[in-house]
Amino acid sequence: MTLSSSIKIKRGDFTLDIELTAAPGEVVALLGPNGAGKTTALRALAGLLPLDDGRIDLDGIRLDQLAPEQRRIGVVFQDYLLFPHLTALDNVAFGPRCHGVPRAEARQQAQGWLARVGLAEHVRKKPRQLSGGQAQRVALARALAGEPRMLLLDEPLAALDARTRLDTRAQLRGHLTAFGGATILVTHDPLDALMLADRLVIIEDGRVVQTGDAATITAQPRTDYVARLVGLNLYRGHASGSTVRLPGGFDLVTAAEESGEVFVAFPPSAVALYPSRPDGSPRNTWPATVSTVSRQGDALRIELGGPIPVAADVTPAAAVHLGLEPGRELWATVKATEVRSYRA
Amino acid sequence: MVCLILGVPLAWVLARTDFPGRRLVRALVTVPLVLPPVVGGVALLLVFGRRGLVGGWLDQNFGVSLPFTTAGVVVAEAFVAMPFLVIAVEGALRGADARYEEAAATLGATRWTAFRRVTLPLIAPGVAAGAVLCWARALGEFGATITFAGNFPGRTQTMPLAVYLALEQDVDAAIVLSLVLLAVSVGILAALRDKWVAA
Repeated sequence: MTLSSSIKIKRGDFTLDIELTAAPGEVVALLGPNGAGKTTALRALAGLLPLDDGRIDLDGIRLDQLAPEQRRIGVVFQDYLLFPHLTALDNVAFGPRCHGVPRAEARQQAQGWLARVGLAEHVRKKPRQLSGGQAQRVALARALAGEPRMLLLDEPLAALDARTRLDTRAQLRGHLTAFGGATILVTHDPLDALMLADRLVIIEDGRVVQTGDAATITAQPRTDYVARLVGLNLYRGHASGSTVRLPGGFDLVTAAEESGEVFVAFPPSAVALYPSRPDGSPRNTWPATVSTVSRQGDALRIELGGPIPVAADVTPAAAVHLGLEPGRELWATVKATEVRSYRA
Repeated sequence: MVCLILGVPLAWVLARTDFPGRRLVRALVTVPLVLPPVVGGVALLLVFGRRGLVGGWLDQNFGVSLPFTTAGVVVAEAFVAMPFLVIAVEGALRGADARYEEAAATLGATRWTAFRRVTLPLIAPGVAAGAVLCWARALGEFGATITFAGNFPGRTQTMPLAVYLALEQDVDAAIVLSLVLLAVSVGILAALRDKWVAA
């Protein structure tokens, strides 16, 4: 059940142009900011939007010429779209019924699926009597009951509150592992993507900007969006030896040696702030101006202007000591050993 | 019945598809609302009459003639009453979320199955309300029926026609018929209103 697809869709001045593949049993997360084209890609795979160009192959079958009802793809929609006039049981039995399974048998299968997602005692309820987490599980059971060749999930956890989300995410992870076909998961929540997916595909503005497993992407972001997602300062520059020259002529000293076009990244916690120019070991030192101060967990996140824009994390005590407020001028330093560089 | 069979699909076409000339079709559908029923009857005679556009062809090929028959009554009343149904159902369809049909399609439902098992139940209140309005209009229909189907007792005489005739000969009978008609109408509308129209 290998998916390989090339999806091109034009809508006004927005163009979606991505290649997407998934192996059997693999969970691929499509991650990106709002309006990047994630849902559009999902709808195209499901057959709800026609392709302008490209093709979709699943397991050697050409999907893009089939109607949605012939594709055998299970979809969990963002707001689930459970049929409000049917019970949970009949919602789940809908898929098998459409594939010609007799009513009694379809209901029996549906019963089994609902038991599997832990809702055996809620089969007679209508969707509006179910909680958000329960509705999500019914939607998943309904998508799986049709024995799909591929599973598509559109923001499956977005409609849930934080607590339910945690439980549901863990359960969803289990069901996805048990599912033998490819799964495409659309989300804008990096945590969902990191916890549920084997591989991440990051989309910005209708294009794939980075793909890789969670470890690679969190360690080596390649765009500002991804860097912000994983909480790193990211720059692009030209390396020669252990010095990287950034646009604007600023030099950063790194631990490892590289050459050519590289990305440089370091975490906000690696930035140290001083009221006056410090002496000693840090090789990267520059004057900076505080532009904003905000809370970030237990620390304060300071956005600084200067030769390079940078985010720094400091403790509240240090912030008081330094008198941090917008407009304050101070010195920022980063140890060379904290600065990682990798090829662009 | 005729209205339901013709009207619901027509409403679906109007609400869910977008084809050139859709505005024209919608205008044609609603014309009987505006037209005086007698004019509607005349129009039907011109089209379906023995020498009419369609009527002549029907007569020659099938020996079927609609005017002044029971079937003619049905056609006349459907013509006048159907807009009520089409408008109500189209409104209900536009209000219903088309994404449910998409969800059904991803589960393997053909368009027809999705319509029958998902959309129709969702818009049932709208269809029922439209049917009641449509039926109510048909019950009181007078002008188009008398023009197109005439007034033959036992064949094409409807209640309002009977009342009109009775009024000229036997006022008491007219009053009795009118009261029966009134009672039936109020009874059925009251019974249905709570169940469907208010829903």
